[in-house]
Amino acid sequence: MTGRRTVEVDGTAVAIEPGATILDACRAGGVDVPTLCYLETLTPANACRLCSVEVEGSRTLVPACSRIAEDGMVIRTATDRVRHARRMILEFLAVAVDLTTAPELLEAMAVYGADPSRYGTDDGSPRPDAVVDNDLYVRDLDKCVLCYRCVEACGDDAQHTYAITIADRGAAARVATEFDVALPDSACVFCGNCVAVCPTGALMVKTEFDMRVAGTWHEEAQTVTRTVCGYCGVGCNLDVHVQDGAIVKVTSPFDHDVTAGNLCIKGRFGWTHVRAGVDGA
Amino acid sequence: MDIRLPMAAATVDERRAVDRILGPPTTGWEGGERRRVDGHVATGGHAARARRHLLLPVLHALQDDIGGISDGALGYVCERLTIPPAEAYGVATFYGLLSVSEVSPTVIHLCDDIVCRTSGAKELFTALADAIGPEGSSDGTRTWHRSNCLGQCDAAPAAFVQEAGVGRRVVVRADLDRLAAGPIDGRDPAYAAIGDAVLTARFGAPDPADLDAYRAVGGYRGLRRALEVGPDAVIAIVEAAGLRGRGGAAFPTGRKWRAVADEEATERYVVCNADESEPGTFKDRMLMERDPFSVVEGLTIAGHATGATKGFIYVRGEYPDAEDRLRAAIAAAEAAGYLGDDVLGSGFPFRIEVRRGAGAYICGEETALFESIEGRRGEPRAKPPYPTTVGLFGRPTAVNNVETLAAAVAIVAEVPGAADTKLFCVSGDVDAAGVVEAPFGVTVRELLTVAGSSHPPQAVLFGGAAGRFLAPAEWDVPLGYGPPSPPMGSGAVVAFGPGVDMDDIVQRIAEFFRDESCGQCVPCREGTVRQDETLRRLVAGADERGLLDEIAQVMRDASICGLGQTAAEAVSSAIALGLVGGAR
Repeated sequence: MTGRRTVEVDGTAVAIEPGATILDACRAGGVDVPTLCYLETLTPANACRLCSVEVEGSRTLVPACSRIAEDGMVIRTATDRVRHARRMILEFLAVAVDLTTAPELLEAMAVYGADPSRYGTDDGSPRPDAVVDNDLYVRDLDKCVLCYRCVEACGDDAQHTYAITIADRGAAARVATEFDVALPDSACVFCGNCVAVCPTGALMVKTEFDMRVAGTWHEEAQTVTRTVCGYCGVGCNLDVHVQDGAIVKVTSPFDHDVTAGNLCIKGRFGWTHVRAGVDGA
Repeated sequence: MDIRLPMAAATVDERRAVDRILGPPTTGWEGGERRRVDGHVATGGHAARARRHLLLPVLHALQDDIGGISDGALGYVCERLTIPPAEAYGVATFYGLLSVSEVSPTVIHLCDDIVCRTSGAKELFTALADAIGPEGSSDGTRTWHRSNCLGQCDAAPAAFVQEAGVGRRVVVRADLDRLAAGPIDGRDPAYAAIGDAVLTARFGAPDPADLDAYRAVGGYRGLRRALEVGPDAVIAIVEAAGLRGRGGAAFPTGRKWRAVADEEATERYVVCNADESEPGTFKDRMLMERDPFSVVEGLTIAGHATGATKGFIYVRGEYPDAEDRLRAAIAAAEAAGYLGDDVLGSGFPFRIEVRRGAGAYICGEETALFESIEGRRGEPRAKPPYPTTVGLFGRPTAVNNVETLAAAVAIVAEVPGAADTKLFCVSGDVDAAGVVEAPFGVTVRELLTVAGSSHPPQAVLFGGAAGRFLAPAEWDVPLGYGPPSPPMGSGAVVAFGPGVDMDDIVQRIAEFFRDESCGQCVPCREGTVRQDETLRRLVAGADERGLLDEIAQVMRDASICGLGQTAAEAVSSAIALGLVGGAR
């Protein structure tokens, strides 16, 4: 059981290590599989099903991100069934939520020919407004695809703060604090690690949110500079996003072995003093 | 774990309700008196987290005693069990019978599912709205909600009533007077048999919780034989009989037991899935209410066969009478040595614990059921790994339906005909709705004949909401496992008479799945909503068959669990048979 395994991906044999997932196998074979809820640093949530593939002998499609590949598995990623599932999932999401700040999903919609307009007109139910209850980050539940990433990052997979949860059930399910209290009244420590993993911009740092509202957010005009956080001795890497000579956001690289994309409140948000006195502040 | 608790404090009554389950707090760390030593010694950690499975029982206690769960009460629960408040809130809001938004002395859940709505439920809604106000509103003491199927289809319309500090009761053949003040209804069980009565043989017993009466008619012969022949032989007997799971998935029971028995783990569990919630299905309730010892004996045999020393019965929250009977039967069995450290002097230790569901159809899915017992939201897990390898509390687990266990008892006890009998639930537009026991090979038409009907139905739904509508030609197909029989599902047969508005019925089934999806995966959470909306347009005259087919396909192909995978079955079959959307 310790040796390498071989699976077939779209007709091509791919050698993989034991414990590798179908997604690993596809990527090793150079086959692109779209993902949404999956992130290398988090436990697969299995929720979006966008990475569904066909596995010979399986009655249903199989989520590539979490299923361990078995020796001899025959995997197909480009069948009508797979394409249908992905197109429908993308349409479902586009009908239910605002994907305007999720460029990867918009791109996937074009690839799979997703057409959300065929579900009829908007039912007129009120869309939730973005919740601005603190100075550091904003929650826009109208953009939330319930991928579980933020809940996992806040909980077992990174921060162990457990400030947020999935509340309610079915179509009413939503990310929430206990009794929907404002974030400053919850257990939130404002590390922003939930913001870092959000794939749709439903969680957004306040500076970016404000600049987008004002129409002054220009990602193409920004530079990103990697540096090391100076607040303590851990050595977290920071990616400092700068636009027009001013810091607009700080993130952390996911592939860094110290931080894995995570920071604390100081590293992620503690940079406004850099401009102190410059902007007339 | 560092927990930040809500500012509000629990009331004395709320603390009492929680302590009723957990016992009084012993340290300042869990909400008790702060002792001198508490400043130096921390409790919590693994020991506290290992009590997470007590979350649902505690939330039940608050709902039962107080009528709802306030922020202060939830904070106290979290303090006692070392659970982050957000997580506990997520759990509490998942379940339909727990309320965090209101505290109401009386909550009426009135069934408006496919059987009740054709049996007077609609008129009752109007009456309730007049008496109390619109759904969800309160008149100060009472509030009411519509409910999905309550499993009382043999005596529709039905309601389930939660009365804080009083108890939970089921009202059948409900009318406004009985809802207001009615006592717990005594009623005769409605059942019949075609051929030998095996599973229903004891349904007429005057006191189903009387152990001596159970033994007098052959009870516990199965367990005695099992202890004699040993686990391997028991599994072989069950395999040879060809017993398959009666909850709907029809998995071979012997193979499941063998898989668990063959696991190397030291600890393992058997679980009785008594969360019967499939619309039109009430056979498991009837078994638990009328023959509870057969369930207890069956689970004991399953434990012995698989090497488990602990069994759980996860009983539906809307089945208070079944739960009471089971608890009484377990107590009697313990007192007589049929359960305990040394079952019947054989050296086999086995105990059973009853856990109550809290209003979630999805918890009938086996892995969602595990999550629920473990104190989490009832969201199904990815499979593999399968429960026989990684089940309850991460241990190998055999999950069996109530009827499966009762059938296993009869098979091991060598009751004639035991391997060839099945319970069907016949309801809807028939003269005498009830459970019909019949041998495999019986037809739907024969089942309807037993229940009696003055006119042929315009439609028959077979297998519950997750099943499908049958074409009239299929009413004469012998029922069994595999073609030409339609999938057995839960064995529910619901007849709809000529006057029934089938558009309304099919739409209600779509609503059912929209309500009951756990919301975890996109195909089911969004697909059930889109199916409901698209069906509405079809009923209104638009040709949406193509889109409904496409929605059905992604739900079937890509949903995590059986709920999403079958959520389009009934709707698709209704369209194929021309039952919905007028003459199209």
